[in-house]
Amino acid sequence: MSIPTRTPSIFRPNGGIDQSPLSRHRRLVEDINRRNVLRGAISLGALSLLTGCDVSEDDSVQKMLRAVSAWNDRVQSAIFRPTHLAPTYSAAQVVKPPRFNAYYDIEDIKPVDGATWKLELSGLIDNKQPWTAQQIYALPEQEEIIKHICVEGWDYIGQWSGPNLRDFLQRVGADLTAKYVYFICNDDYTESIDMATALHPQTILATKYAGSPLADPFGFPMRLRTSTKLGYKNAKWVKAIEVSNDFRETFWSKQGFNWFAGI
Amino acid sequence: MHWINAIAIFIMIGSGWKIYNDDVILGWLHFPDGIVIGKWAQYGLQWHFFGMWIFVLNGIAYLSYGIATGRFRRKLFPISFRELLATISDALRFRLAHDDLTHYNAVQKMLYLGVMAAGILIVITGLCLWKPVQFSELASLFGSFQIIRVVHFLCMAAIVGFLVVHISLALLVPQSLAAMVTGGPIVDDGAPEIKPTH
Repeated sequence: MSIPTRTPSIFRPNGGIDQSPLSRHRRLVEDINRRNVLRGAISLGALSLLTGCDVSEDDSVQKMLRAVSAWNDRVQSAIFRPTHLAPTYSAAQVVKPPRFNAYYDIEDIKPVDGATWKLELSGLIDNKQPWTAQQIYALPEQEEIIKHICVEGWDYIGQWSGPNLRDFLQRVGADLTAKYVYFICNDDYTESIDMATALHPQTILATKYAGSPLADPFGFPMRLRTSTKLGYKNAKWVKAIEVSNDFRETFWSKQGFNWFAGI
Repeated sequence: MHWINAIAIFIMIGSGWKIYNDDVILGWLHFPDGIVIGKWAQYGLQWHFFGMWIFVLNGIAYLSYGIATGRFRRKLFPISFRELLATISDALRFRLAHDDLTHYNAVQKMLYLGVMAAGILIVITGLCLWKPVQFSELASLFGSFQIIRVVHFLCMAAIVGFLVVHISLALLVPQSLAAMVTGGPIVDDGAPEIKPTH
């Protein structure tokens, strides 16, 4: 049996280990003492303070970062499991009321009048007849007790019910092979999701929370609720749905947040 | 690979601190704007989800190289508990031997293995934070989403702790930096690889 010699790394010159730095600097190595350790630690701290400059907004840097974000959209789409269900929870774990979040404060919301509200439909949909709140509330409901996860890092368990989005899209004759479903909201918010997420079994048009109609701050009369997207994708106060093959940036993606935002 | 990793770690920690600031785990801990990467939340996120590719791809290459060439086995094992205690006691008295740059003492071995473990765990918890639903089977091993955040955070703290020691000592012994940059010569550390005899 031969003892094989290790294949040398191409990065390493041949010949024995060069120990000369140690002998040349033996004095220094032996001189390591508490004072030097302290001095080194302090200069390291000072060095770390120099990182404050920010190049993120620079055009070419932002272009590169957004290209990576678009690549991440594709990766997320590829690993998305269309029928894999998110964990669900018990009614006892539900947080009431839900946590409010929007890009403005709760006092600034503009409540929607349920009596005059209509859901408009556009794009690749056969029957574009608008829907009243009464008609929407009369559809069969599905309840989901799922986690809301915000991009900031917090989460809570919520109990949402309303018509299943896939059923609704089928009912109005939407093209289910189209790429995107857009949600236009009563404030100036817009969101869109990929069709695979729109057709996911846990994606609903929520009209109720914990069994009661949605309160104004949480999207009355109707909002999107999906178990497979970050919080900001779940548009509130939806007033129009559009099915389309064209990609348009939405409220947060325009500002550089990831568009797919899957969880 | 080390310097690619250094850049990736710098990006990941700086942008991770920015993301952390939006919903802090420890009420008293808020990273100052001067040391985070990204002025706004979306920039921190963009950097984090850019840096992750560098960190993970380079990390996989590094670990595969270390395992395939037997480098980890030669350099980092075995670690004896007695040797570990002896090294700690030497270090506390500033009497560490530095006779051979290519030889790691027991504390170094433990620290390198520990930081690699933290690096692997931070990627696993990172995947669970990024995709808690798609990878729900993996995420459920940790309990809740918030537990995963805390583990991810603790791995970061462990890596930062390692870096403080690692960088301070490298600056104190600058010759090791020169060896890192030039690659250093091939090493015969007296432990020839022996093929199994069957």
